[in-house]
Amino acid sequence: MKKKVLIMPALMAFMTMILSGCQPLMVFDTKGPNAKTLSNTIILSIIVMAFILLVVYVLFVFMLSKYRASKQPSGYEPPHEEGSTKLEVTWTVIPIIIVTVLSIVTIFTTSKVEHQQTGYENKKPLVIYASSSDWKWHFSYPEQGIETVNYVNIPTDRPIEFRLYSFGPITSFWIPQLAGQKYAMSDMVTKIHLAADQEGSYMGRNSNFNGKEFAQMEFETQAMSQADFDKWAKEVKANEPKLTEAKFKKLLKTSVVGRESFSSTHLSFSPAPEMDMSKHSGESNKKDSHNMDNMDGMEGMDMSK
Amino acid sequence: MSMDELFAPMKEPMILGAAISIVVGAVAIVAGLTYFKKWGWLYKNWLTTVDHKKIGVMYILVALVMLFRGGIDALLMRAQTAVPENGLLNAEHYNEIFTTHGLIMIIFMAMPFIIGLMNVVVPLQIGARDVAFPRLNALSFWLFAVGAGLLNISFIIGGSPNAGWSAYFPLASTEFSPGVGNNYYAWSLQISGLGTLMTGINFITTIMKMRAPGMKLMKMPMFTWSALITNVIITFAFPVLTVALAMMTLDRQFGTKFFAMQDGGMDMLWANLFWVWGHPEVYIVILPAFGIFSEVISTFSRKNLFGYKSMVMSMVVISLLSFMVWVHHFYTMGHGVMVNGIFSITTMLIAVPTGVKIFNWLLTMRHGKITFTTPMLWALAFVPIFTIGGVTGVMLAMASADYQYHNTLFLVAHFHYVLIPGTVFGVLAGYHFWWPKIFGFRLNEKLGKSAFWFIVVGFNVAFFPLFILGLDGYARRMYTYSADTGYGPLSMVSFIGALAMAVGFALICYNIYYSFRHSPRETTGDPWDARSLEWATQSPVPEYNFAIVPKINQLDEFWYAKKEGRDITAGKYERIHMPNNSGAPLWMSGVMFLFSLFFVFSEWTLVIVFAIATLGFMAYRSFENDEGHYIEVAEIEATERRLRGEK
Ligand code: HEM
Ligand SMILES: [Cu+2]
Ligand SMILES: [Cu+2]
Repeated sequence: MKKKVLIMPALMAFMTMILSGCQPLMVFDTKGPNAKTLSNTIILSIIVMAFILLVVYVLFVFMLSKYRASKQPSGYEPPHEEGSTKLEVTWTVIPIIIVTVLSIVTIFTTSKVEHQQTGYENKKPLVIYASSSDWKWHFSYPEQGIETVNYVNIPTDRPIEFRLYSFGPITSFWIPQLAGQKYAMSDMVTKIHLAADQEGSYMGRNSNFNGKEFAQMEFETQAMSQADFDKWAKEVKANEPKLTEAKFKKLLKTSVVGRESFSSTHLSFSPAPEMDMSKHSGESNKKDSHNMDNMDGMEGMDMSK
Repeated sequence: MSMDELFAPMKEPMILGAAISIVVGAVAIVAGLTYFKKWGWLYKNWLTTVDHKKIGVMYILVALVMLFRGGIDALLMRAQTAVPENGLLNAEHYNEIFTTHGLIMIIFMAMPFIIGLMNVVVPLQIGARDVAFPRLNALSFWLFAVGAGLLNISFIIGGSPNAGWSAYFPLASTEFSPGVGNNYYAWSLQISGLGTLMTGINFITTIMKMRAPGMKLMKMPMFTWSALITNVIITFAFPVLTVALAMMTLDRQFGTKFFAMQDGGMDMLWANLFWVWGHPEVYIVILPAFGIFSEVISTFSRKNLFGYKSMVMSMVVISLLSFMVWVHHFYTMGHGVMVNGIFSITTMLIAVPTGVKIFNWLLTMRHGKITFTTPMLWALAFVPIFTIGGVTGVMLAMASADYQYHNTLFLVAHFHYVLIPGTVFGVLAGYHFWWPKIFGFRLNEKLGKSAFWFIVVGFNVAFFPLFILGLDGYARRMYTYSADTGYGPLSMVSFIGALAMAVGFALICYNIYYSFRHSPRETTGDPWDARSLEWATQSPVPEYNFAIVPKINQLDEFWYAKKEGRDITAGKYERIHMPNNSGAPLWMSGVMFLFSLFFVFSEWTLVIVFAIATLGFMAYRSFENDEGHYIEVAEIEATERRLRGEK
């Protein structure tokens, strides 16, 4: 009877695989080195965890099938068993080893995704400011002098550095197929480093609840060749209207809008809150690894190598 | 605030319906009590009681009602997201519902259910006559009850909080949440939190000071140990919440800028304070459940607990670590690799003592004689299901990987895989286990088992798909999604699972009625052939708990005494001193309810009036002389004989 409990998760996994049409899940369907690192980390952890589950489940089934009252002679009285130092040390030490391994993997991979992407080290990153306001995303390209709303185009062969902040509640910037998420807050700028290996259109969204139209807060990320990107940026610069302060204020107040493009950015009259991170994490700014990879020529110090 | 605004929520037909059913229900209860002339009985026996067992029962009753309120919220959420682009609930309503669902389930269901069981069982397990401060205990209960009441009326009057149960700033500030909903949040949590803090102090004192002679710390039953550690966590964690909520109130109602976007306010300060309390809170609801599982598994394997010392040690380690991991709730805030790395390690370390406990439970069953009673089924189902919650917790603990799970349904699946088998199965195991102790008859096993299967199977069907959906990029707290995301089929599966769970919970309720009518009454006081002291006295337990306080020589003294044919409760009766009932906790909490309610609406004159009334109660109490009363030997003899079924 108890075995049903064990079959459940397996059955569910099987069922869900069929129902989801065997398409790879978004987090595993990676299109860039950052997401790839995370996907590998997750798969590794799933394998380790499956092993632990297996050990527990085998023991569990063994105990239940062997020691149920109906299997025991009628006069049987269980013995007193204080414990076993040997066993208890074993199941303390083995998990500690597993945790140690996973800790090393964690620190290594966290460091890797927090820095400029492997394979793109000697290219200067394209900086894009991504700021959120209720309930939309603004993308400012200082290099190109353009700004978009609710969609972002990026070139494929170049590292990208997103600088995130918010004009309101905390949001979380997330393009699952390219990188993990990071908060955008009103009082500081946070950064995501990523790169796209393949051209394509990827879903991006805010994943941190920020009020009424939260569910609507999606944007499209279009990865295209450098040539297409340059062409697009030039067209926007040439054909789209300028983003004036008045227009921007009005835009901030509108709750849900479609895509928009402008031939200037809001950064000139409303700069990003770029302050040191020490306010939150207590780390000194000098040591802050985020700032290192912006400095040309310092890529050699990248911890991820 | 105008009447129109005040009753704005009633414009929703669903809320109007709920309001009407609440009013009709209340009228029916009042009419029933009046018709059967039960007001006096209710007031004398329950509302003014200082008896820990009755207070425990009231906690559990309110927790069960809240389980249904939170459960209906859950069903509505799953119904809304069962198909893409559903129009059952609008965004506003969905946001209120997931906020109150989270709050109610954690603060007004899980924790009080646990505290209720602690109230019923802990003094009995340590052979005490009562808790250390019986009247404070009644106050704790009533503060919790009015806190729950406050949150529940927000739904009808003024509007529910809708910024999530974590109420992150600046979203929860007046700038982005202008209504009174988050004032309700602050005050319902504040007032019930004060009650919880008092419980913490009360139970630490009780367990440290009131154990039966000979019961050294290392001879205490595991549930009492878990209660002790939990109450220590409460005493350290709740002051943080009190301060954070006070700052929230200052920000929202007095214009300070602790967490604001301007004037140097720090949004993430709230997140830090909230989780410095919030993470230990998770262990407040899970450790006592671990205690319950220890009792149940060893009782129904007919064996002593394997590795008692390491079970205690692991709980102590978990309680220490629980204060050192809060940052794992926002790895994505943008601190460096070092900070995230350190918190990843402390978080993963919690898996080690937890694993020790799992293996100790498994080994407790080795060489045992396992019987599958309803409480044992709940404890057994916990092991494989909670392990899934545990290993996914380790996955989430890895900061890098969490960048992909954070704020997704993967996280929602994880914490339900921890909280439902941990806390909910735990309290259900305890509820079925101790029911005969409290009421003197057993719950029907057949109904209990069918409820079990509905809930366990339904749970997996409802929550396993959420892991998959999360990995497919489904963010939590979304009231709807488009069809081309492909989330539809699995969301429907999840809804069906939630429906199955609802059937299970309905069966649990029906079981109360059925067993009350049909179960034979207990006369032994020890229906399960159990191990700890609470089974050494009569069922239902007399007011004074033990006619003779037992002496303890070892762990599971009662069990070994039974085997050796000793009676540890033999001896000569003496008169027993007991505290008097008091209406003050009830009335004072009522006054504090009005104080909070008017504070929510910034009605300052009335706030001051009720603040003074509260202080008046305290002043009155400090001059009051109440010596309690004695129960005479003749009365004890009569009670004992009656409970033993003698004439
Ligand atoms: C009885 C079956 C239950 C179902 C079907 C259920 C379902 C849900 C759903 C659909 C959400 C919201 C997901 C989202 O939109 O983000 C949620 C959130 C939550 N649930 Fe449950 N739940 C159940 C029981 C519980 C229990 C027993 C607890 C705690 C002991 C609990 C604690 C929470 C918490 C803390 C949240 C987060 C709320 C928030 O996002 O603010 N749930 N649940
Ligand atoms: Cu910030
Ligand atoms: Cu936590």
